[in-house]
This record gives sequence, C-alpha cells and structure tokens, in this order.
Amino acid sequence: MAGVLRGTVIVGAGHGGTQAAVNLRENGYDRPVTLISADADFPYHKPPLSKSFMKTPDAPLQPLRGPSFFDDTAITTRLGTRVTGIDRAARRITLSTGETLDYEALVLATGTVARKLTVPGADLPGVHHLRTAEDARALRGALDGARRAVIVGGGFIGLEAAAMLAARGLEVTVVELAERLLGRAASAQVAAAIAADLEGQGVTLLTGTGVAALEAEAGRIAAVRLGDGRALPCDLVLAGIGAVPEVGLAEAAGLEIDNGIRVDARLATSDLAIFAIGDCCAFPHAASGRHLRLESVQNATDQARAVARTISGTETDFAAVPWFWSDIGETKLQIAGLAEGSDRSLRIAAPDTGALRAVYHLKGDRLLAVETLNSAGEHMLARRMLALGKTPDAALIEAGDIRAMKAFVTG
Amino acid sequence: MIKLTFIEPSGTSRQIDAALGTSIMQAATAAGVQGIAAECGGACMCATCHCLVVEAPAAGLPEMTETERDVLEFTSEEMQETSRLTCQIAVAEDLAGTVFKVVGR
Ligand SMILES: Cc1cc2nc3c(=O)[nH]c(=O)nc-3n(C[C@H](O)[C@H](O)[C@H](O)COP(=O)(O)OP(=O)(O)OC[C@H]3O[C@@H](n4cnc5c(N)ncnc54)[C@H](O)[C@@H]3O)c2cc1C
Ligand code: FES
Repeated sequence: MAGVLRGTVIVGAGHGGTQAAVNLRENGYDRPVTLISADADFPYHKPPLSKSFMKTPDAPLQPLRGPSFFDDTAITTRLGTRVTGIDRAARRITLSTGETLDYEALVLATGTVARKLTVPGADLPGVHHLRTAEDARALRGALDGARRAVIVGGGFIGLEAAAMLAARGLEVTVVELAERLLGRAASAQVAAAIAADLEGQGVTLLTGTGVAALEAEAGRIAAVRLGDGRALPCDLVLAGIGAVPEVGLAEAAGLEIDNGIRVDARLATSDLAIFAIGDCCAFPHAASGRHLRLESVQNATDQARAVARTISGTETDFAAVPWFWSDIGETKLQIAGLAEGSDRSLRIAAPDTGALRAVYHLKGDRLLAVETLNSAGEHMLARRMLALGKTPDAALIEAGDIRAMKAFVTG
Repeated sequence: MIKLTFIEPSGTSRQIDAALGTSIMQAATAAGVQGIAAECGGACMCATCHCLVVEAPAAGLPEMTETERDVLEFTSEEMQETSRLTCQIAVAEDLAGTVFKVVGR
C-alpha cells in the first residue's frame, strides 16, 4: 500500500518528537501530522524513570500529554511501530508493518539507545539498562527480593538509580572507570559534593575501577569481577555507561552522520526535506563553532519548537541556552550553559550550611555555565543571564546574593 | 472532576475538566491547553507551566512553597502578583471555576 498521507511525518514520540507535533499544531500548521514510535507505551516523560518511577513498586508512567490529546489535535499516532527505511527520492518511508507513508517534511527524533557493556557475561539475565519504560519496568520488577545491586558507570542515570535503590533498602555499589563521578558532565566540585551525598546514603563508590567480567551462577548474574580481580557479589547489575545516538535509519538513507545525524542551523540534514532533533542530532553551536550533540529534555524540546516553526513556514535557526537537571537522592543538580572551555570557576557556598550551592564557570569575562545544587531560583537567573549575555563581576558573584545579581541583570 | 478555564497565548479561552488529585499542569496538558510545555514534568524547575490567576476561587489558592516562589522570582517571564507554577497546585473541589492565563514560555 502506498500511503497518500503527506504533510509532516515524525519518527520517534519521545520528548522531541512529541513536542514537535504539539508545536506544529500550536503554530496553526494544518497539514497532516503523523507521529510514529517504536516504543509501544503512550508517550511519557523519561526523567522520572530513574527517579520517582523507581521509588515505589506501582508509580505510573507520567504521560507527556493526555489520552485524547492526539485525537483532539488531529495528530495520527502509530505507537509500537518502527520506521525501517527512507526512500528520499520518493519522499516515502517504510514501516515495520510493511506499509509506506509519504511525507513533505520528515523529522527524525530517534533519540539514543543504551550503550551495552562488552565484557564477558554482559547478556546475562539480571543485567539491566535504563532508557525506556520497558527497561524501567524490568529493573523495578527485579528490585523485589534483590539485596545487592552493582551499578556500572557513574553518570547521571546510574547515580540517580543508585540513590533510589539505596533508598529502597538495597546494598548499592557504583563502579566507575574514571577517577571521579560524572566525567565531563559536571565539574569536579559538584561531583565531589554528590559523591559525599551518595556515600552518606550508604552507597559504596569505587572510582578508578574497571569491570573485567560479569559472572553467573545458575544461569544468572551473581557477581561483578573487577579489573583488579576482586568480585562483588550481587543480584542485579545496572549498566549506565552512556547512550549511543540512534542513527541507523538516517545512515542507511545516506544522510551525513558525525557523532549523530549532522544538521545545519535550521536543523535540516544533508537532505533539506529531512530534519533531525534531540539526542540523535549533532547541531552547529554558534559560540564554540563546533557541532554538538546534547542529551537533555530542554535540547530536544527547544529543537522541536524551532523545527516546528520552520516547517510551519517561518525559517528558524536553532539557538537556546542549554540547561539540564538531575535529582540524585535529595540533591537537585541543575546546570545552565556549557562549561567546556572555561578558564575560571567561582565556588559559592550556602551561607547557612556552608555546603556547595553553585559553581560559576567563566572564560575571561564571560559567563559560560552555572551549576547549582538545591538552588532553583539561582538556576533560573543563570539561564536568564546566559540568554542575555550578561556576566556579573566576580565580586558580585562571590557575594552570593541572588537578588543583588538579579538587580544587575534586569537593571 | 472540576471545571477550570485557561486563556491561551492566542487569547482563546478554554474550559477543561480537571481530575481531582492530579496537578493543574497535568490537567491542562492532558486537555491540550496551548502554551504549557511542562518540560520538567512537574519538578518545579522549568517554569513552562507558569500561569496568572485571573479569577481566583473564593477560598483562595493553596500557599506557594519556597521553591515555587524562588523559581518564579528569578525566571525570565517577570513574576506578577498572581503568578503561579501550575504543576505545584493540586486539583481540589474548591478550585472549581478558577481562571488562569497561560504565560508559559
Ligand atoms: C532514565 C533517564 C533519565 C533521564 N533524566 C533526565 C533528566 O533528569 N534531565 C534531562 O534533561 N534529561 C534526562 N534524560 C534525557 C532525556 O530523556 C533525553 O534527552 C530526551 O528524552 C531526548 O529526547 P528525544 O526526543 O531526542 O529522544 P527520546 O525521548 O529518547 O525518544 C526517541 C524515540 O524514538 C523512537 N525511535 C527510535 N528509532 C525509531 C525508528 N526507527 N522508528 C520509530 N521510532 C523510533 C524510540 O522508540 C523513542 O521513543 C533522561 C533519560 C533517561 C533514559
Ligand atoms: S512543569 Fe516545570 S516548573 Fe512546572
């Protein structure tokens, strides 16, 4: 069957794809919109999967929109359906069901897949990943009756899960190859504060430690063998070693790939009828002059807004201040901007407790990024300063008075 | 179920049914109120659920938490007297008839 449906076809109903469909309609776009996702679950928020969803055995998924939203707004959804091919010349895609659909504009919002461990035993029953609702249900289901968990990888998802599992009474060990947690995603100061918090919750952190193999007993995971020969007995393993952009479809269609689907400032791929947004795309970053690929809800939704404007008829270059959050146990970490390339960091302590509250990263006189811990208003102000390109002088930052900084920003 | 009204950024006024126990933001996004992206899913850190209370219920709205006030005070859409983050307000019987104007982002 050759589909006659044209208009915009969106591949992936995660944060980016769903927001793009929403924004097309909010912009008054009146052509057909079709949202296709390999994921069979009704489109849902991903961040809670490693947070509140793990807290109790029966927390529901949090839907991105209500059950009748897509019908009400005439957005056709095809959930549990994979797009298997793109015929660029015919502007036609093929679905896993064998059907085809024609498009005028195609948006690839295919996200990432979890990076898999490559050590022996990586496929054993009891070894989990955490990217999708299905993964989260499998992990949550395995918590009942489990006593000891090993998290491989000290990134955001692994650490969020470590805190939740510890709160549910499991004995949790995090194994990280690098000398500290969070790698390039957070500064050393922030990583140290988070490490202290996790240890306070009883999580054991083994940094500078590699995994040699996963070992089985009776056909399922029983221990993690470390690079130094030690064995950590466990009932389950969560591999949190990062994500790989889902570029297979784009690559097979001959689109340019370079650490993600390469796009221009309008988020168009090397085929101008095909756009890519969110975790799967590498976009030009004006400030650094490089192509970047970011994995965050904000990046996916802001790119969705920009692409929806372009498809609705207003050519729009993507530009937005990146921001990100992570809840690790009781710690709310928020990051505004990108710290890479900074040559100076100012550390601000909370006046009452002396605990680390924020780290301001500058390059020369220019503010690049602000990391905050449990300081939501300061994060909002940081986003505002970065959007306006305003940098308070070091004395004002170090005084730590957020209202005074706001007066400078709005003054 | 109670009825709530939202004035969308385009000026369109929409009445929605809101289920008790969910947040106002959840009820609004479920009904497809325009302009509320709810990027953080209700974690009180994106301010995309920012609305002004145009007509408050007789009993008033529940008090703001410190975090809600903090986020509103420093967000780029200037806080007004009637600003609220709708993800921080639970739908309750005595909120019936409240009218919100979407600020969003
Ligand atoms: C556990 C977890 C916690 C997170 N926590 C945070 C957080 O606290 N803060 C934050 O900012 N970010 C967080 N993130 C990251 C955030 O969820 C992602 O950056 C965001 O989801 C990216 O949106 P996206 O639309 O690019 O991709 P996704 O939301 O991943 O959606 C991609 C979709 O494409 C579909 N797809 C892929 N290939 C095909 C195909 N060929 N055919 C059809 N469909 C296809 C997939 O099934 C999927 O539904 C978290 C992620 C995870 C997994
Ligand atoms: S939904 Fe993000 S602050 Fe309310």
